[in-house]
Amino acid sequence: MEFTRRETLVIGAAAATVAALPMPAFAATTDELIAEFTGGADVAEGGVDLDAPEIAENGNTVPIEVGAEGATAIMVLAAGNPVPPVATFNFGPLAGATRAKTRIRLATSQDVIAVAKLADGSFAKATKAVKVTIGGCGG
Amino acid sequence: MAKGVRPRVKVPSSASAGEVITIKTLISHKMESGQRKDSDGNKIPRSIINHFTCTFNGETVIDVKMEPAISTNPYFEFDATVPEAGEFKFVWNDDDGSVYEETKAIEVG
Repeated sequence: MEFTRRETLVIGAAAATVAALPMPAFAATTDELIAEFTGGADVAEGGVDLDAPEIAENGNTVPIEVGAEGATAIMVLAAGNPVPPVATFNFGPLAGATRAKTRIRLATSQDVIAVAKLADGSFAKATKAVKVTIGGCGG
Repeated sequence: MAKGVRPRVKVPSSASAGEVITIKTLISHKMESGQRKDSDGNKIPRSIINHFTCTFNGETVIDVKMEPAISTNPYFEFDATVPEAGEFKFVWNDDDGSVYEETKAIEVG
């Protein structure tokens, strides 16, 4: 089967498009999730405590702690997981402090992101890079 | 109902009025993420606890929406204010519709 010059160009362009797709689509997911959580409002950097180990030996169970003064809700995302959302903590009127600890799975070394919704309606975010020695998603 | 699910909750038995206490909860659950494959290469379907709430005398303390990235045997540690004597109620909701519940009474004195 022979291609004319024109056909070759079209095929090449199509292949390049396909190859370029996954990364932006992937990056958009965390941004989209944050936008969905904030309703498109601006997110300030800082003001959120996100405690996670710098190096996690076992990605199956990585202890994390999130907290933010005066937060009503905190969403945790793992940008490099096949399914980025991790959990959303909603604090009720009887929450003693707006913080929580849990254990999460990380598939690979990546950024963990915490986005907090504060009582005045604004949003704040913190990011922490975690190195994972053994990934935690089976496979 | 997933097999062998057992909630464990640690709450102090008494507190002074208005005190902030720390609560620890653990529930045994495999939290199958839906990403793993069995030995034949077939995907193991997702089966997780997707929601956890803690209330005190009907008022919310914490409400957590959980995704597959929560580890096996989900663990949570959080703080609660105790305004009066009463009962903490913990509820976990499974993907398969099961509901696991645990209650802990606390005295004020």
